[in-house]
Amino acid sequence: MIVQKTRFVVAATIFFVVFYFALPILVGYRPEWMSRPAWGVVNWAYLFAFSQFLMSWTLAYLYMRVAARFDRMSEDVLAATADSTGD
Amino acid sequence: MSLPLLMFLAFIAATLGITYWAAGRSSGASAYFAAGRRITGWQNGLAISGDYMSAASFLGIAGLIAFYGYDGFMYSVGFLVAYLTVLFVVAEPLRNVGKYTMADVLAFRLRARPVRAWASLSTLAVSTFYMIAQMVGAGALVSLLLADSGIGFTGAVTGVGVLMIVYVVFGGMLATTWVQIVKAVLLMSGTFLLSILVLARFGFDLGAFFDAASGVTYQVEGRTVTENFLEPGLYYRPPYGALDLISLGMALIFGTAGLPHILIRFYTVPDAKTARVSVFWAMLLIGVFYMMTTFLGFGAATLVGRNAIADNGGINMSAPLLAQALAGDVFFAFISAVAFATILAVVAGLTISASTSFAHDFYTNVLHHGRERSPGEEVRVARWTALVVGAVSIAIAIILGPGANVAFLVGLAFAVAASANLPVIVFSLYWSKFTTRGAVWGLAAGLLSSIGLILVSPGFSSLELFPLSNPGIVSIPLGFLAAYVGSITSREPSAEAKFIELNVRANTGLGAEKALDH
Repeated sequence: MIVQKTRFVVAATIFFVVFYFALPILVGYRPEWMSRPAWGVVNWAYLFAFSQFLMSWTLAYLYMRVAARFDRMSEDVLAATADSTGD
Repeated sequence: MSLPLLMFLAFIAATLGITYWAAGRSSGASAYFAAGRRITGWQNGLAISGDYMSAASFLGIAGLIAFYGYDGFMYSVGFLVAYLTVLFVVAEPLRNVGKYTMADVLAFRLRARPVRAWASLSTLAVSTFYMIAQMVGAGALVSLLLADSGIGFTGAVTGVGVLMIVYVVFGGMLATTWVQIVKAVLLMSGTFLLSILVLARFGFDLGAFFDAASGVTYQVEGRTVTENFLEPGLYYRPPYGALDLISLGMALIFGTAGLPHILIRFYTVPDAKTARVSVFWAMLLIGVFYMMTTFLGFGAATLVGRNAIADNGGINMSAPLLAQALAGDVFFAFISAVAFATILAVVAGLTISASTSFAHDFYTNVLHHGRERSPGEEVRVARWTALVVGAVSIAIAIILGPGANVAFLVGLAFAVAASANLPVIVFSLYWSKFTTRGAVWGLAAGLLSSIGLILVSPGFSSLELFPLSNPGIVSIPLGFLAAYVGSITSREPSAEAKFIELNVRANTGLGAEKALDH
């Protein structure tokens, strides 16, 4: 159970760290890509910044769903331990 | 007395009245420090947002965007993404393992005295940096409201600072969770109203709004320049701008998980699940708020103008001046009052976490081996600590002056938190071979290197020994490295044995502090 939870957390953490640092790295070192207009006068740098908000909310939502499943498993484990020790 | 000032005072009185009313309704539970561990998920989410959205968020980011456009918005992005670190890495295990302070988590496995001593020092340092920013914001706000009276920034900072600390130390401690909640609601609605008014000026046409932001005209040294505020690079300029931006990003997303006044919030809820739910609520609120900083910042840039802001109170006053330009003195007074309540609430949260940590960790546990020599001594020490931290912040705020941006100053607090606190929290929760020496080295290296680099950075001294204004990119790895080296050069079987217990407890909540029944 802990292995599964860790796997999700590690994968999600790596993903958001890479996604997040892509923004300042691209903005800092490839300004000519990022300042191209994407929607009207709004450029890619701004859209990418907005996408960080969506990314955060999505990952948080996914984690809430996954974690709710682990809660049930963890309750089962606790119940099983309590039974076996006669506690 | 001017009309805005009178209305400002009326709004403040009303806010405090609401707070006392709300706090009175929940008597008992919230009277305790950890509020009886009975705060619900969404309440705690609101309170986290309240603790988090400080003068930096409201006054500072709006100011940075109004002056420099896109680069200011980078703070908004970092401040939100940071909560993923909190959610994934620290919120739940911390709730299951700790009691009152960050040091409790470290002391669970390691030898308590040295670890508690350093942890409380770093808590004090982070809180002081954070507090300086709030004092600068409060001083700028009040000196703008008192502009006709001739009281300058120095007088305003001193007066407001002393009042706030006295209020928090002697009156406000009981109600802080409710201060945060009331303030979060006020701040969200004030920001929402401002954003709507800004958009109304552009006929609710986002295209027209961004068009205006892409060509902002202002004067520099008598020359008129037009800049595209949607483009990055106006604040963080070459040659070190890109590195500085990355360094800032590191401090922001790793710093939140090390902020003492945020961590303390996870001890007020009944269990890990509620801690998780409260982070989720906080992320929704904080995210919506930071998205709206776009409208505040570009609104101030286009409708008030950089020069007018600089002449009337400085960069931190962009949001209140925007309110005045949009809807006159009443709205200006309202937004100023919201900003003031924001600062007061954050000062309350900071004061409590700093003074609790010093009194509980350093004074009682380190100096007096865990015994109170006389009843109530810990509370007295906590109050003195609050006064000292307050006085130091006021003094430094006066030295820095009204021109220092409060979001930038808070960014430094994040850097210290990320360098000193985060490495030891992460290792202590997830690494079985972590030792007391590792914790002390990590805390010391992170704390000293981040503060040292700040002191020789371009923002603080003319030495220019360190070219970046944000120390995170150097000091965060240093903190991790020192904690790692300290651990592998020492062995501590007891800490290793305790890790298994900690791991079970962190993951299941077995043996964690339960909610109190009243």
